[in-house]
Amino acid sequence: MTDYHPMWEDLGMDIEAHDQLCAALPEAFGDTYLSQENRPENMAFYDYVVSEIHGIRPSELIEAQKNGQKVFGTFCVYVPDEIVIAADGIVTGLCGGSQFWVPAGEEVLPKNTCPLIKASVGARLGRTCPFFRIADIYVGETTCDGKKKAYEILAEDVPVYTMDLPQMKRDCDIEKWTNEIKSFKTKVEEVTGNEVTAENLGEAIKVVNEKRKALARVHEARKADIIPISGKDVLLMTQIAFFDDPVRCAEMANKLADELDQRIADGVGVFEEGTKRIMVTGTPMAIPNWKLHHIIETSGGAVVCEECCTGSRYYEHLVDETQTTLDGQIDAISRRYLRNNCSCFTPNPGRIEDILRLAKEYKVDGIINETLTFCTTYDIEGRSVEKACKEAGIPLLNVETDYSDDDAGQLRTRIEAFIEMLGA
Amino acid sequence: MAEDKKYRVGIDIGSTATKAAVLAGDEVIFTTVVPTGFSSVDAAERVRDEVVETGFAPESCRFAATGYGRISAPFAETTVTEITCHGRGAFYLFESDGVVIDIGGQDTKTIVLEDGKVAQFAMNDKCSAGTGKFLEIMANRMGIDQDKLSRLARTGSETRISSMCTVFAESEVISLIGKGTPRADIAWGIIESVVGKVAPLVPKIAGADYFLTGGLCENDYVIERLSAQLGSEVITNPQARFAGAIGAALAL
Repeated sequence: MTDYHPMWEDLGMDIEAHDQLCAALPEAFGDTYLSQENRPENMAFYDYVVSEIHGIRPSELIEAQKNGQKVFGTFCVYVPDEIVIAADGIVTGLCGGSQFWVPAGEEVLPKNTCPLIKASVGARLGRTCPFFRIADIYVGETTCDGKKKAYEILAEDVPVYTMDLPQMKRDCDIEKWTNEIKSFKTKVEEVTGNEVTAENLGEAIKVVNEKRKALARVHEARKADIIPISGKDVLLMTQIAFFDDPVRCAEMANKLADELDQRIADGVGVFEEGTKRIMVTGTPMAIPNWKLHHIIETSGGAVVCEECCTGSRYYEHLVDETQTTLDGQIDAISRRYLRNNCSCFTPNPGRIEDILRLAKEYKVDGIINETLTFCTTYDIEGRSVEKACKEAGIPLLNVETDYSDDDAGQLRTRIEAFIEMLGA
Repeated sequence: MAEDKKYRVGIDIGSTATKAAVLAGDEVIFTTVVPTGFSSVDAAERVRDEVVETGFAPESCRFAATGYGRISAPFAETTVTEITCHGRGAFYLFESDGVVIDIGGQDTKTIVLEDGKVAQFAMNDKCSAGTGKFLEIMANRMGIDQDKLSRLARTGSETRISSMCTVFAESEVISLIGKGTPRADIAWGIIESVVGKVAPLVPKIAGADYFLTGGLCENDYVIERLSAQLGSEVITNPQARFAGAIGAALAL
């Protein structure tokens, strides 16, 4: 294994604290992932990426920077990768998914801020994540109040560009978002020194669409009656997709999907008969947050679908590839991104429609609606999700959780009871 | 041989008390309760020993475990969550669908029964407000037992304890004691606080019966106040403390 310490030192990281994080990860990953039986062979790539998660990809990014490319760190699936890729920039996800980063975040944020925000800010200010060190610029977005204000704090330490996401979906909002994307294009051109043209944007649209299609193939393999891959493994692939090169991401996901297709043809599954098919909906699960999936899949359930940003919202819907002018392409990008249904929008009936549609497509037995603690919009929306599911006759469990393990026992009891209820 | 195992024994290992119920056929013929203490493994063994010493030979018993410590009973052939067990146990005891309210030592849950099965449930958050633990802590602070606390509360007059958190509520009780507030009034506030935390967890279903299970099922005053808050009579049963254990036995 390569020793990445010199690279981490060059990045100005807190080596001692970071070593603690690196020391904890293999055990957590082993307990959660490597304990699974009969995993697809193509998961080996993702296991390898995790084994050197703060080494392999960061060193690639640093090489790219040496060649003049710029790295854009993003926190949200509304930020259009296509624009950055068109200008020969690189996008990397930056959301923090570990309790490890929370205390450093709490030094500057109120305790009653959601763990995703606390972990993300903590990873930057604690200097314990190479991706947060490498990014030349962070791209924020006005999704929730917590993130909006957190970007102001991050901006004290790193360049931040914030996109103003509308919170309604009227025609005027779509137009506004289109204009925001145009302003973002100008910023990206300024940072990269490269012009975005109809030609390179057209290429970028194709690249990201191919990635979406490949990810979708893996996710959709779980529609099969015999489930060929665990929800945990699909979640891991999706989480890594936020960091990886989009072309390689598509290639690896397609290989995995080929294997899953073969498994479906051969009737090879990873769950015992009678395992309950569960959809998880709600807040995103940033790497290495595998908590809920792990509890579900060790309590008699299989996660067959994720209606969230680290799930369907990341791969569903393609950008129209037929547009040939910049204006047409940007309009198409704007429309595709606004098809995502985050709870920061009001009203947000699209999310309910997505949940009910996916529940049918994936033949789910029950839905678990997850809210990260202090995520107000998802928490409040839980009520309408519950109501809609009740009307549709789909059992639903609302759970609120954070990144700590404090509530693992209680959470397990609720989830086991929910699965017992589905079996009764 | 399976047919020789004529007794079904459910063990409910809670955070405060460990309960056992023995069923012969479908009849509950023995129940017992021991304090859980610091080890749920030890509590499971103690309650099992008591069952055996009472005359139910181990070779004639099958065991199922439930409750917070359900994984601490290796001799149990199956484990089921306390939510499912309280639902089944309550249906057995009350012979009707309805809403089960279980005020446990560590958590409080409500379960809606339809056709004798759990149709939906809710649990309190990871916090001891509105649980038996809150009453235990406050009774200790007042230097009395929980029965006395309830008896006192009945004679008290309105005194509000407003803190959502048990730790802060305890400070509030201390300051009330410091101010010389009558004990009966403080007791009134304590019981009202528990009931006030439990009531919002209870789904309001028109015409439904409400059943109380768990350690407070013999506490008349709590039942009275809970009924008042819900605007509907809460029914209980002397065996409702064992609803979880009975439900576990029924799972065999």
